[in-house]
Amino acid sequence: MKMIRTFLTAAAMTAATLAAVPAAAQDPGPMTYSEALSGKRVLLVPMAMGFDLAQGWAAILEHEVSAFGGIFETRDPNWSVEAGAQAITEAISSEQKPDVLIVMSPDMNSYSKLMKRAQKAGIYVLLIDNPANFKPDAYIGSDWTQLGRLEAEAAIKGCGEDSSKQIGLVQGDQVNATSLFQYAGIMDVMAKNPGFEIVAKPDSNWDATTSRNVTTTMLQQHPDICAIIDFWDGDATGAAAAIRDAGMQDQVFLVTTGGGEKAADCDMIENGTYGAVVMTELAQESYNMVTIIKYLLQSGQEPGTSSPYIYTLLKATTKADLKPDSCWDLKALQAMNAD
Amino acid sequence: MDIGPLSNLKNLNQERIVLIVAVLIFVTASVALPGFLSAPNLIAIVRSISVLGILALGMSVVIIGRGIDLSMVAIMAMSVAWYLQLLGNGVPDQTAMLLVLAGVLAIGLLNGFLVAYADVPAIFVTLASGSFVFGYVRSQLISSDAVPVPEGHWVALLGGLRFASIPVEVYLFALLSGAMFLFLRYTKWGRYVYYAGDNPIAARNIGIPVRPMLVLRYVLAALISFVAGLLTAASLHSINTRVVNSNLLYDIVLVAVIGGIGLSGGKGGVRNVLVGAALIGIMLNAMTIIDIPLLYQNLIKSTILLFAIIVDGVLNPRDEQTAQQGDI
Repeated sequence: MKMIRTFLTAAAMTAATLAAVPAAAQDPGPMTYSEALSGKRVLLVPMAMGFDLAQGWAAILEHEVSAFGGIFETRDPNWSVEAGAQAITEAISSEQKPDVLIVMSPDMNSYSKLMKRAQKAGIYVLLIDNPANFKPDAYIGSDWTQLGRLEAEAAIKGCGEDSSKQIGLVQGDQVNATSLFQYAGIMDVMAKNPGFEIVAKPDSNWDATTSRNVTTTMLQQHPDICAIIDFWDGDATGAAAAIRDAGMQDQVFLVTTGGGEKAADCDMIENGTYGAVVMTELAQESYNMVTIIKYLLQSGQEPGTSSPYIYTLLKATTKADLKPDSCWDLKALQAMNAD
Repeated sequence: MDIGPLSNLKNLNQERIVLIVAVLIFVTASVALPGFLSAPNLIAIVRSISVLGILALGMSVVIIGRGIDLSMVAIMAMSVAWYLQLLGNGVPDQTAMLLVLAGVLAIGLLNGFLVAYADVPAIFVTLASGSFVFGYVRSQLISSDAVPVPEGHWVALLGGLRFASIPVEVYLFALLSGAMFLFLRYTKWGRYVYYAGDNPIAARNIGIPVRPMLVLRYVLAALISFVAGLLTAASLHSINTRVVNSNLLYDIVLVAVIGGIGLSGGKGGVRNVLVGAALIGIMLNAMTIIDIPLLYQNLIKSTILLFAIIVDGVLNPRDEQTAQQGDI
């Protein structure tokens, strides 16, 4: 009897729950989400599509944007400032304007006016990796001054207290914010460590052969150097070659920075070419972009309303703290979109 | 007697002016900069310009024959990038090498054929073929800008090769310079390059195979580019195709032209390349030792080059012939 009553109660409750299901389905979330996001166009204009960071961003963005029903596109200026400017101009004036424009600026000023125009045309502009003189709807990337500080600290640690305390720099150039801010960060740390000094600071112009040539000269002029900071892993192979040619691998601790791709960074730490690499958490950085895109498209705010800095966590990685997941693998990431 | 100094001054062609400037900078740097005149630094100077010099040798042969090859840097970077990518994909070394060599030959032949037989100006043909090579290889054959040399491969070992502590590319530069000198100076075909460059129509009228020779020069330039690319990869243990967008191409033309190889063709030789390369190498090295920022380096470099060209223009006014046919 009791059993039957329990059953009846249960049946009644189930019926009640079933009746309530339509009410639960009226969660406003999915509707709002898909109304705001589906069919939205996201355009990525990096400095070039051919290097690890850009390929990593693109892989994750494509995965996420297509998942919410948006359209993801990239343009490849192939390191040409003019081609990048043209891509942005075309995007602004095209019939099917992007809703979100993601720009990696080649320097402080080249694209500032264009990006302002894009915002006026109703496009949200995200600035990534390279800061510029412009108020984007969000800056997502590294705090380059902090990055410089971490490099300098790694170099000082690599040298040690009993060393010559002489550090050499291979800068990028004198126009790119990443180079200028890195330098500022390094000098910041140097000022706090009076024993250490920067003995030379040539530019590589981001070219590996130039980096090799200036590093060769630097090592000859200052044979006691205990560490070198090269401003990008894209050309640090040159500084590494110069150190190898001089037979000074055991004496000179090479520090650089990069996107944390396995072949470009972790393999090179593993085989001793680089002493330390300050790496960007690429996946986190890309998902930060995704979050901001989702937020902006639902916010209803005018482009240019707010301008937050979304810095990615930076970490100097050495052989001692190298883990299997310290780096990301470009091939694995690209396989994500294969199906 | 009185005109002695003046006629000496008249003998100052561009090559000599550049040589004098180079020697002046060299002497000044030797005195003023500690460590400049040391054996390791001198080796470093020669090494820093070896690849540039090798490329300039290839460019010179083309320019002397009244042409220009703007596809050299693209061929250099992309051929080697493709080769390394093939190796990375597990293709046997010999197959990879044969494939890439065939590709390099094909582009050289295409350049030469279009210039020689289709009569398209060299500057357009090679500009287009350079872009094509870059675009095709970058988009179809390789997966990212930088391609590493496989661990322990002979290209990496080549980069570490030293004889009497002098890197191997210096020897190769010397060897190629010597070979090119002998070719241009002492072989019949070498002399033909000058005749064809000086006056193609006259050269054809006296029975020189002007067109096949033209094709040969572009093939030669393509092969030399491949060698330069291999040497670059050997030293850096990777090749970055970004070099195609750098000003390396202008530097190659610069080394040839600053040394006194006229863009109008028929003039100059290996000596001019060596002088031009020496000036650039000494200048860059001295400025690096002084730690001059890149912006100023470019300014100083261009000022000195402009100075040499102006002095040449004043001392050797353009004659009727150059005025008529123009430079390029």
